[in-house]
Amino acid sequence: MTATATGGVRATARIAARADGRGGTALPVLESEGPLAVRRTRAASGDEARVMLVGAMSGPLGGDHFTVAARAGAGARLRVGSAAATLALPGQTGGGARYDVRLDVAAGAELCWLPEQLISARGSELYVSSRVDLAPGARLVLREEQVLGRAGEEPGRLTSRLTVRLGGRPLLDQELACGPGAPGGWDGPAVLAGHRALGQLVVVRPEYAESAPAARVLGECAALTPLAGPAVLVTALAADALRLRRVLDEALAVLG
Amino acid sequence: MPTPTPSTTRAALLVLADGRFPAGGHAHSGGAEAAVRAGRITGAAELEEFCRGRLHTAGLVAASLAAAAALGVGPAPLDAAADARTPSPALRRVARRLGRQLMRAARATWPSAELDALADRFPKGAHQPVVLGLTARAAGLGAEDAAYCSVYESVGGPASATVRLLSLDPFDATGVLARLAPEMDLVVGRAVEAAWRAVDEGVDVLPAVSAPLLEIGAEAHGGWAVRLFAS
Repeated sequence: MTATATGGVRATARIAARADGRGGTALPVLESEGPLAVRRTRAASGDEARVMLVGAMSGPLGGDHFTVAARAGAGARLRVGSAAATLALPGQTGGGARYDVRLDVAAGAELCWLPEQLISARGSELYVSSRVDLAPGARLVLREEQVLGRAGEEPGRLTSRLTVRLGGRPLLDQELACGPGAPGGWDGPAVLAGHRALGQLVVVRPEYAESAPAARVLGECAALTPLAGPAVLVTALAADALRLRRVLDEALAVLG
Repeated sequence: MPTPTPSTTRAALLVLADGRFPAGGHAHSGGAEAAVRAGRITGAAELEEFCRGRLHTAGLVAASLAAAAALGVGPAPLDAAADARTPSPALRRVARRLGRQLMRAARATWPSAELDALADRFPKGAHQPVVLGLTARAAGLGAEDAAYCSVYESVGGPASATVRLLSLDPFDATGVLARLAPEMDLVVGRAVEAAWRAVDEGVDVLPAVSAPLLEIGAEAHGGWAVRLFAS
C-alpha cells in the first residue's frame, strides 16, 4: 500500500486460481493490501474456489486508486463475491478516485464475478474500469450494479467502463457516465430517465457460439441481448438496488 | 490535430448531410418512437433531453467511429468495435441496414475503390458510421465533416420523427436542434480527438458511452406488430 500523488491510498489485491490436479481449484495467489482484503471461503461445490472481497476500511475515497486483479487459469473454477457494497465517498483532498478491475480467464476455466453493489455517494467522484480478457473457450458470469446515491441522496459523479475481450477481439465495450458534471442528458429519457439503480450481467459460454438465447425484454426496463459473439448481456434499470437485484437474479435463473 | 475543412468541399458536405440524401435515414426515429410510446417523451422539453442524452452517448460513439474511418483507420476493426458498443441485436441490425443503404447511395454518388472494397468485405452491410466515414473520404471530406454528419443525424432523426409521432410543432423541434448546436460542436471535437488517438493507439480508445434505455427500448420496439418507424 502506497500513497497516490493526490494523497489517497493506492492498493492492489490479487487472486490467481488454477486446477489443483485432483478435480478442485487451488488459489496459489491470494494477496490483500491495505483496505482491500481477499479471503477464501467455503465453496458450494467441490471443484470451485470461492473468494470474498472484504473492505476493511470504507472507500474508495477521493484520491484513492484501488486495483483488483483475478486470474482463472486452465481448468480452474473461481467464484468471487464481496462481503458488502462498495461505497464511493468524497475524499479530504477533493480529487477523484479510481477503481480498476482486471480479470483474466483461460480456456476451459470459469470465473463468476459477483460483487455487491457500488454506491455512488453525494460529492464522490469515481472512475471504475473493468477489463476482462477471455481466452477462446473461457466461461464468465459477471455482474455489475451501480446505485446512484444512498437512500434519497443525490448521486456523486460516476464513470464506469466495462470492456470484455474474447481471444483479443472486443466482445463488449460499454461506458456509463452519470452524476453532477457528467455530459448532459444522462438522467433523461434516452439514458436513465430517473432510475437510480442500474446493472449489467454478462454471461459468456462457448456453447452460445452454436446457439445463444434469443433477445427478450424483461419487464419495463430490462432486456437480455445476445452479443456479437458467444455471450449475452442483461441490461437493467430499476428504482432501487433491491429491485435491480431481483431482475438480474431472475435473468440468471432463466439462463440456467 | 484536424485541419480545417477547405471551403471548396463545403458543398459536398451539404450534399452528404442533407436529409434528402437517399440513404434511408428518414425511416428511423433513433429510439424516439419507443420513448414516446413509453411516455418518456411528451413534448419539446423531453425531446430536448432525449436528444441531448443520445448526442452524448450513441451520438459520440457513432461520430468517433465515422471520424476514425474518415482518417483511414481499418474498417474491419472499426466494425468490430461498433458491434462491441451495440449490445442490442435490433440496433446492430439497424446499423448494418442503414450502412448498406448508405453504401448504395454513396457508391452511386462518389465512386471509390475503398467503398467497393468495404461493400465486398461486408455484403450484408457494415455499421453505418463506418460507411459514413469512408463516404466522407470518397467525397473529399475530412474526419470533422464525417463527425458533423453523424452527430447531426443522431439528434435530427429523433427530432423530425417526434414531429410526426406527437404532432409536435416543427418550429419547436427545430428550436431543440438549434439549442443543442453548441453541444454538437463539442461532441464533434471530442469525436475527432478520439479518432486521431485511434490512428496511433487502435480502436479500443474510441468512446463507448452507452444509453441503457436506447438499447432496452430498441428491443421492445423491434417486437411491436405496428409501428411508424423501422427503429
